[in-house]
Amino acid sequence: MSHRPRYRRYQPRLYQRRMPIFWWVHRAAHIRFITRELTSVFVAFGALELLFLVRALGQGPAAYAAFLAWLQTPVALILNAVTVLMLLFHSLTWFNLAPRALVLHAGGRRIPDAAVRGLNYAAWVVVSAGLAGLLLAT
Amino acid sequence: MTEETITLEIFRYRPEREEAPAFQAYEVPCRKDWVILDALNYIKDELDGSLSFRWSCRMGVCGSCGMMVNGTPVLTCGAFLSSYRPGPIRVEPLANFPVVRDLVILMTDFMEKLNRVHPWLIRHEEQPVSAGEYLQTPAQLAEYKPYSMCINCLLCYAACPVYGLEPTFIGPAAIALAQRYNLDSRDEGFRQRTDVLSQDDGIWECTFVGECSTVCPKGVDPAGAIQRYKLTAAVAWWKHFLLPWQRGT
Ligand code: SF4
Ligand code: FES
Repeated sequence: MSHRPRYRRYQPRLYQRRMPIFWWVHRAAHIRFITRELTSVFVAFGALELLFLVRALGQGPAAYAAFLAWLQTPVALILNAVTVLMLLFHSLTWFNLAPRALVLHAGGRRIPDAAVRGLNYAAWVVVSAGLAGLLLAT
Repeated sequence: MTEETITLEIFRYRPEREEAPAFQAYEVPCRKDWVILDALNYIKDELDGSLSFRWSCRMGVCGSCGMMVNGTPVLTCGAFLSSYRPGPIRVEPLANFPVVRDLVILMTDFMEKLNRVHPWLIRHEEQPVSAGEYLQTPAQLAEYKPYSMCINCLLCYAACPVYGLEPTFIGPAAIALAQRYNLDSRDEGFRQRTDVLSQDDGIWECTFVGECSTVCPKGVDPAGAIQRYKLTAAVAWWKHFLLPWQRGT
């Protein structure tokens, strides 16, 4: 037979899509996620501030007083107010997610999610109350 | 009688014909009992035979009909047209995967990753047949059962921004399936799987966006599986670090 079949070798030309930089703005869940991630910046800020406070304490009364004076400036007040809000958001979202990672068993039964969450909150309250007690006692 | 209709805007990509994909609109009857997959089949049968897409079971079992519908990954055999009224409905291939043609994606990457997590029962030593079956209590079964429901539909990969940005990430379903075997009382392969999953592209890539669990049609909760795995892996690492003479599984 003279005519040859015209087979085409299979050569896929795949179409690759890319994620845009602002991939996270279209969906409420993604915005929540990015916010949660961004709050870690404030967690870091809070920790640093505490370290600087301890350092000032170590440097003597003058340094400590200067640090306290800085803490009373409007900038520091606003920054710390925002930090507290961000820390709350950060802690609450993570406490609520805890049961997803922490699967505990007691007496052959799985501890319900609400209890795991509750334990986290209880620990938080106990530690906070302990710290508050310590601070108020001095 | 005029029947109510709805418009589907479908992602078309025919590599032998066009360089870049484009959307094509089709008007289909909006029947009460029709799902998006029915509409696609209607288009293929009645309007345009050149449309390509995958499907098989039509009942949420085979996992082959996953697509992006208005930007969300869904099984098209389980998504009713009427819930998207008045439309238009945008249908695209699953995000984060290369497109072969129209609504068909290439899933080779997942198949390779799935294989890497050894998704089967691993035993140090098989017990002889004469010893009988490996028995399991209902509680032991309940431990891994949810993870065994995965149908490899890849909706979770399409929903995962980490996989989209970092395609080497081993991904939600593969880790959930690793957990399916890790949590099986008959399995002894935790260490082997953890060697794979504690690499850079394993569990630690996950930042817990959680969308994989939201879109999963089988309630597998891959996000939960990954966080659980992180915790177990971290505990195992510390144990090994502090008590190196105790080599558990
Ligand atoms: S985990 Fe759920 S969404 Fe992911 S492949 Fe399995 S069934 Fe599909
Ligand atoms: S066709 Fe099988 S899951 Fe949709």
